[in-house]
Amino acid sequence: MTPLQTEHNPKASLDVNIKWCKGCNLCVTVCPKGVLSLDDLGKVSVDKPEECIGCGLCEETCPDYAIRVVKDA
Amino acid sequence: MPFNVTSYFRQEMLPHIWCPGCGNGIVLRDFAVALEKLNYSRQEVVIVSGIGCSSRAAGYLDFDTVHTTHGRALPFATGIKFANPGLKVFVIMGDGDASSIGGNHLIHACRRNIDLTAIIFNNHIYGMTGGQFSPMTPRDKKATTAPYGMIEQSFDLCRLAEAAGATYVGRATTYHNQLLTRLIVEGANNRGFSLIEAVTHCPTSYGRRNKMATPTDMVRWQKESAVLIDRIKEGRASLQEGQFPVGLLHQHDAPEFTAEYLEVVKRAREK
Ligand SMILES: Cc1ncc(C[n+]2csc(CCOP(=O)(O)OP(=O)(O)O)c2C)c(N)n1
Ligand code: SF4
Ligand code: SF4
Ligand code: SF4
Ligand SMILES: [Mg+2]
Repeated sequence: MTPLQTEHNPKASLDVNIKWCKGCNLCVTVCPKGVLSLDDLGKVSVDKPEECIGCGLCEETCPDYAIRVVKDA
Repeated sequence: MPFNVTSYFRQEMLPHIWCPGCGNGIVLRDFAVALEKLNYSRQEVVIVSGIGCSSRAAGYLDFDTVHTTHGRALPFATGIKFANPGLKVFVIMGDGDASSIGGNHLIHACRRNIDLTAIIFNNHIYGMTGGQFSPMTPRDKKATTAPYGMIEQSFDLCRLAEAAGATYVGRATTYHNQLLTRLIVEGANNRGFSLIEAVTHCPTSYGRRNKMATPTDMVRWQKESAVLIDRIKEGRASLQEGQFPVGLLHQHDAPEFTAEYLEVVKRAREK
């Protein structure tokens, strides 16, 4: 699989596969905590990893399987 | 490591070709989660699709898959199921594929109650060919072939399937992921014809023409238009203009076609 960029926080890690992201903005609007945004290239960026509550909505909504929420057990 | 949905995909085929924000990727994800829950072996699953953007879904899944011709997925699937009734056969079709060119096959698959699970990706438009209206384009919505708005009434495919004899019928949207996964699992477990309408979104050929230019607008529209059938039944909600029910819409028991056929074979041999 393509190398992932991983952002850790106490509740969950976000694995982001930038190569698969098409910049549709769905994850940005669905996230209840404003964790994500699109960068200058129109790709998803994890702005506030510390705010993530691990709800998984971004993963469920991303049509391109570019985000995975991994709960740190 | 928790379940990774892409483990069900042909990795070399990703990223898929669908447009940014296309709902097909979400429906396909929910289907893969359902397959994980059903826990079938890869050898017993066959996935058949027709032609259209949505029908390309079959090619991304790492199972035995058949990408057939426009509107004819059900005849292929019927043949596969008949040749080997032990297989778990899923059929992926677009709204145009299932209700227009393939509409006659659909009503007869329902009538026979053959044990197939059909997942209809309803984006209300012919997505692949650039946005012509389909029999499921809502009234007044615009399409390249209806520049002033659709003047025909649209099919409610779930009610049509129920009337034609399908024994499990449900509807969910790309906003209702968990419901969609649950309906696919239950549909697969139903011994007979199951139809699950997955309301999805085509921002490119439908949304842009209908004041829903972004994928977010389209998902919001689904959230606002879908009403849970359980809430309606409990009297806690009612359908307003332009809204539709989601959830398990119909279920009944009836003889299944391949089982009935094997009975006939047995009787004929005993003579
Ligand atoms: C026999 C035949 N007629 C017409 C076409 C052209 N065609 C390709 S896809 C399509 C409609 C697709 O609409 P739908 O089934 O809703 O799928 P979507 O692309 O929206 O997912 C049509 C008319 C074809 N491929 N074959
Ligand atoms: S898991 Fe939830 S809170 Fe964390 S980034 Fe995704 S949507 Fe936002
Ligand atoms: S939902 Fe997926 S494809 Fe869309 S912007 Fe977010 S990560 Fe990228
Ligand atoms: S044309 Fe529409 S249905 Fe086809 S890939 Fe693009 S957004 Fe999806
Ligand atoms: Mg369509």
